[in-house]
Amino acid sequence: MTELSVSVSNANGPVPQVALPEAAPKVTARGLNFYYGEHHALKNINLTLGTHRVTAFIGPSGCGKSTLLRIFNRMYDLYPGQKATGQLMLDQTNILDPKLDLNLLRARVGMVFQKPTPFPMTIYENIAFGIRLYEKISKSEMDGRVEKALRGGALWNEVKDKLNASGLSLSGGQQQRLCIARTVAVRPEVILFDEPCSALDPISTAKIEELIQELAEDYTIAIVTHNMQQAARVSDKTAFMYLGELIEFDDTNKIFTSPGDRRTQDYITGRFG
Amino acid sequence: MNPIYVSRRRKNIIIKFLCLGAAAFGVTWLALILFTLFYNGLAGLNLAVFTQDTPPPGSTDGGLRNAIIGSIMMTVIGVGIGAPLGLFAGTYLAEYGKHDRLTSVIRFINDILLSAPSIIIGLFIYGAIVVPMGGFSAFAGCLALAVIVIPVVVRTTEDMLGLVPNPLREAASALGLPRSLVIRRIAYRAARAGLITGVLLATARVAGETAPLLFTALSNQFFSLDLTRTMANLPVTINNFVQSPYVYWKQLAWSGALLITLTVLALNIGARILGAERTSK
Repeated sequence: MTELSVSVSNANGPVPQVALPEAAPKVTARGLNFYYGEHHALKNINLTLGTHRVTAFIGPSGCGKSTLLRIFNRMYDLYPGQKATGQLMLDQTNILDPKLDLNLLRARVGMVFQKPTPFPMTIYENIAFGIRLYEKISKSEMDGRVEKALRGGALWNEVKDKLNASGLSLSGGQQQRLCIARTVAVRPEVILFDEPCSALDPISTAKIEELIQELAEDYTIAIVTHNMQQAARVSDKTAFMYLGELIEFDDTNKIFTSPGDRRTQDYITGRFG
Repeated sequence: MNPIYVSRRRKNIIIKFLCLGAAAFGVTWLALILFTLFYNGLAGLNLAVFTQDTPPPGSTDGGLRNAIIGSIMMTVIGVGIGAPLGLFAGTYLAEYGKHDRLTSVIRFINDILLSAPSIIIGLFIYGAIVVPMGGFSAFAGCLALAVIVIPVVVRTTEDMLGLVPNPLREAASALGLPRSLVIRRIAYRAARAGLITGVLLATARVAGETAPLLFTALSNQFFSLDLTRTMANLPVTINNFVQSPYVYWKQLAWSGALLITLTVLALNIGARILGAERTSK
């Protein structure tokens, strides 16, 4: 099991007891379906990611939460035989438009993966690489951007003296923060986290959770997690998914204190999954 | 003591002894070959081998300069033609064509080519190039070597790119990299040591090939850099000299064989070192 049952204190205090005001919608799904070949993996999903909010996706393995996340940046397009139907909007952009420039979409919707994936190059280059795809800037400007991104990934103080070391020389937790810094560096609007802590130790996990909450000030965040305490700690809204359906989507506080659906309650109390 | 345990121990000792014996048997012959090669090859190895051309029959001086230069030239050009083609084809199989039905057909044909006897490849180039062109040429030799290089590089390239973890490609795509950049900047870099190893091994493979050159570049008694004519090369020269009645020619054949062996050894050691770097990262 990848689940971490260690309780880590919340950096920003306890989860707010009052419901947050509704945020402006950033990503909106209407009647979204997804197919792996013949297999109907996601069924009629309707939900909204609020701007600068953290939305957590929970549910047992195979419920479709990672699948849903990989539609937001059209990651599934890398593989044949997978298709999505319905409507999925990022502000005014139709994400499912077949003519959409996927590279530009992915510049707006960044993604951090389960396993840290530093590129086989120096720490500096790991960050600068992504920036150079979209901008032509001077060396000194680039230095500034790299520092800013590494600070954004809460990694600057640990790596500032070894920017030319290989990204692979860092510890797992540091590598994951490097990946977050790399994602932040290209200034996306939305960041998707696909179980970002499941390969990390509790201390690294706490750092990343803290970071996710800081990032929510500037970015809209979606996080898939197997760890319910993590969902409770970092998110504003929580979506519970089961067998490809969105069972319940509400304020995190409500989901974990008084869920409206029996299946949600069974899952969060550990009766299955 | 427990009789089952005793018999198990006895069996263990017997199997161990048999394995050791088999290994020793194999290594002994290899050691004998290497010893004979070094013993005979070193005796004739001197500066003249590198500075003088192959002697006429009966002469007692001369060297292998024209054959060494010819071998290096044809190997370099052959690898120069075959390696890029192999890299591109291997990249197609591992990256673009991964989910394509054509890929498994290409892979199957490539495997056949990989194990095709090199004399067949020599005959193929003889029929396809030498006969229509009206004569043996070094260029035909380069092409024959290239045809041997291609399947080796295709195979190693596909295997090495296959070892690059998919999440790395996804992470690069998620940053907005187009497919070609994901391959060039990320996958190639992650697999670099392995890709170079494949090219080195292919070079080692063709450095000692005799049969394909026998039908294409043939050999040349004189020093020549002309790709359109026959060209001297170590393997064919060794083949010719060793069958001759002249003592000095036989001696040169030993020295040439030693040179090829040392080159192949160096290439293999180089490939090993690169391979070790890859696994330690």
